[in-house]
Amino acid sequence: MHEMALAEGVREIVDETARSSGAGRVAAVRLEIGRLAQVEIEALRFAFDVVKRGSLADSARLEIVEVDGTAWCMCCCEPVVIAGHGEACPKCAHYQLQVTGGDRMRVLEIEIE
Amino acid sequence: MCMTCGCGHDEAHVEGAEHSHPHADGAAHSHAHGAADPGWHTHADGTTHRHAVVPAHAHEHHEHEHEHEHEHEHEHEHEHGHEHGHGHGGDLHFGHGPAGAAAPGMTQARMVRVERDILAVNDAIAQRNRGWLEERGVFALNLVSSPGSGKTTLLVRTIERLAGLLPVAVIEGDQQTTFDAERIRATGAPALQINTGKGCHLDAAMVETALHRLAPADDSVLMIENVGNLVCPAGFDLGEAHKVVVLSVTEGEDKPLKYPDMFHAAALMLLNKVDLLPHLSFDVERCVANARRVHPAIEIIEISATSGENMGDWLRWIERGAHAARERRLERGKALAQAGRLDVLERAARATDSGARERAAGG
Repeated sequence: MHEMALAEGVREIVDETARSSGAGRVAAVRLEIGRLAQVEIEALRFAFDVVKRGSLADSARLEIVEVDGTAWCMCCCEPVVIAGHGEACPKCAHYQLQVTGGDRMRVLEIEIE
Repeated sequence: MCMTCGCGHDEAHVEGAEHSHPHADGAAHSHAHGAADPGWHTHADGTTHRHAVVPAHAHEHHEHEHEHEHEHEHEHEHEHGHEHGHGHGGDLHFGHGPAGAAAPGMTQARMVRVERDILAVNDAIAQRNRGWLEERGVFALNLVSSPGSGKTTLLVRTIERLAGLLPVAVIEGDQQTTFDAERIRATGAPALQINTGKGCHLDAAMVETALHRLAPADDSVLMIENVGNLVCPAGFDLGEAHKVVVLSVTEGEDKPLKYPDMFHAAALMLLNKVDLLPHLSFDVERCVANARRVHPAIEIIEISATSGENMGDWLRWIERGAHAARERRLERGKALAQAGRLDVLERAARATDSGARERAAGG
């Protein structure tokens, strides 16, 4: 449900960037979403379709680049890729993991006209 | 539509608050690009990490943009400009409407690098809240759980036990009603209710407004009881020192695995209602193992607000945090006083110097 809040955040950033770049419209919005970022991608797409109406991004297409979750395994002493919090190390099957990446959400770039 | 929580206009209320709109404009952001290993990032908090190789995806016509290799430094210096209030109503809604006018457009499509965190606005306000709290030595906890875990009862008992030892103030978050704030106020502690309307979580802007209204005392404890929801509040920093997740033994020992994000975000888990264990088939050991699987470093206290079991452990945990917050405030005060004294000495020295020069020039 908080995807609506995130979509609003995306629109804010996109509108602000588009305005300051003198854009007439936004053609595309590219996001980077970490797999550990607590986001349901389909819900975010739906929410963005709703909140973009009437903004410069009214007809913008949304492209989402997903980024793997990464963690430091304290048993293996090396970085590993994990699918979610609470997942075991794919190498040693232990849970002594410290998340190091893939937990963020960013607007990467926008395509303007 | 609310910028921060997605609720409709006029739906987020802070008790007694006037209408205000924290705007996100004026955000300053800078970053530098350089050829580097793919995916290495250095963030403003000093953490440097590498994302795994960007996975394959379906947007063939934009493949070139997806393969960017960059290293950048974020300096999220977002200045949240004007916050203005209107006299009408007690409502508070956050955010503003869609952009009004379209600027005269460029005809050729071009890419504009943005690279900003979607939660940057919330996080910047949360940092401001954190600074505000630290300046006053206030130890703030963000209490999260599913509805019915016993948060409010636990809070009431905690306040009663801390009476005379530590002042406690409470911010209560619920979609509707002021029932919880009233229960807290009955203990004599100051409490403020935030109603989020359709919103599923508290956000930093709501808490900022509530902080200024509630004005917790220096060196006190601030308990922020979030909306009962084990999903959404995990991602929203409010400026607290720690998130504390309350899980009751009537809920099932696999909840940490079902809602891992929240247990990963929390520093402490209170396993509540343990007085009911004789009547349940709840496996405490498995629950603890599940929580540690999601968050190896999580602290856990098995507690009962009703029987008082292990309440002492929880109270001592709070006291340690409050003590540390107070120490930090005092140290900061000393550092400021020291800087002030140095400043006075320096000005005196400058005055003496210029006096001497004037006398020399006069003579």
